[in-house]
Amino acid sequence: MEVRDANAAMLSNYEVYQLLTDLKEKRKEMVKNKHSTGQQNLNTIMYETLKYLSKTPCAHQNPDTVKEFLTAMLPHKLTKAEKLQLFNHRPQTAVEIQLMVEESEERLTEEQIDELIQKVTDVLPGDPQKAGTMVLTENIRLDLPSRTLLKLQAKA
Amino acid sequence: MFVLVEMVDTVRIPPWSFHRQLNEAIAEELNKKLANKVVYNVGLCVCLYDVTKLEDSFIFPGDGASHTKVHFRYVVFHPFLDEILVGKIKGCSAEGVHVSLGLFDDIIIPPESLQQPAKFDEAEQLWVWEYETDEGAHDLFMDRGEDIRFRVVDEVFIDTSPTGPSTEKEAPSAATAPPAGAEDSAPQKEAPYTLIVRILDIAIMSI
Repeated sequence: MEVRDANAAMLSNYEVYQLLTDLKEKRKEMVKNKHSTGQQNLNTIMYETLKYLSKTPCAHQNPDTVKEFLTAMLPHKLTKAEKLQLFNHRPQTAVEIQLMVEESEERLTEEQIDELIQKVTDVLPGDPQKAGTMVLTENIRLDLPSRTLLKLQAKA
Repeated sequence: MFVLVEMVDTVRIPPWSFHRQLNEAIAEELNKKLANKVVYNVGLCVCLYDVTKLEDSFIFPGDGASHTKVHFRYVVFHPFLDEILVGKIKGCSAEGVHVSLGLFDDIIIPPESLQQPAKFDEAEQLWVWEYETDEGAHDLFMDRGEDIRFRVVDEVFIDTSPTGPSTEKEAPSAATAPPAGAEDSAPQKEAPYTLIVRILDIAIMSI
């Protein structure tokens, strides 16, 4: 086996999610004919990846979202990797944007960061269940486990 | 998180699969070979994206199966450097915090990359971050099952292909008896692909 190009293209979570759901549908139809046992590895990785991706924002996206998002991001001059991260994570706070965009203090002013957050929230569909709840966790560290968050909140 | 990798391989279709459509048989064989496996210096293969080119199939003497050279693209899990990911804490050990993504488990946060100062609590087998404020020190635990956001710092690929038999010369008398106290009798499992990450260190904003 030969690897021609180890980095031919970057895929967004949404594209992989679409591919796996289509593959799952096709395999469901095929299994009606016969059941093959050699595909256990494929089943495992498909199940785990779908489980992981269904909890990310990509589960709510559609093909038009991709186009809209890329056109909306044109004026900001972000690299491909940064746009991909914004698309996959759907950041809601300035802190998240600063993490994903390199040297954001030099490249983006505060208004631009707010503009980015606004565009991301408008263009990318979020979780319909969470949409109703208030964003109370804005000012709290995003990387801490919830036991510590409760302690911090209790302290305040 | 995912990349597309172009590969070329010769796929063997056994004679009992000749009734199937060639494309389907090839897709199944490729998935059987690569899905959920780590390719050295490439990443964890997930599933076939598409077949770009099929060359002529050949049948060789002595083997009834057909061999086809296939150019294809495969979806591979291979996060780039400095990418931000969200995972669940699987557990802690002296080496650091182990994080899992469901599809990929070998992610480790070495102690140096945790928020400083951090110490390992032996009783609970958890890493603890000692957070000092004006009011006093708080212990913040890395609990199992918690979501954690991290940045990819490094990746390590280890070639786990089987090595040949050992070529050490043994004394004739000891040749028959099994070596006493063999430490390597149990094969040591090394992860072929490990991600070394750092926890995201954002300054706390006022609550």
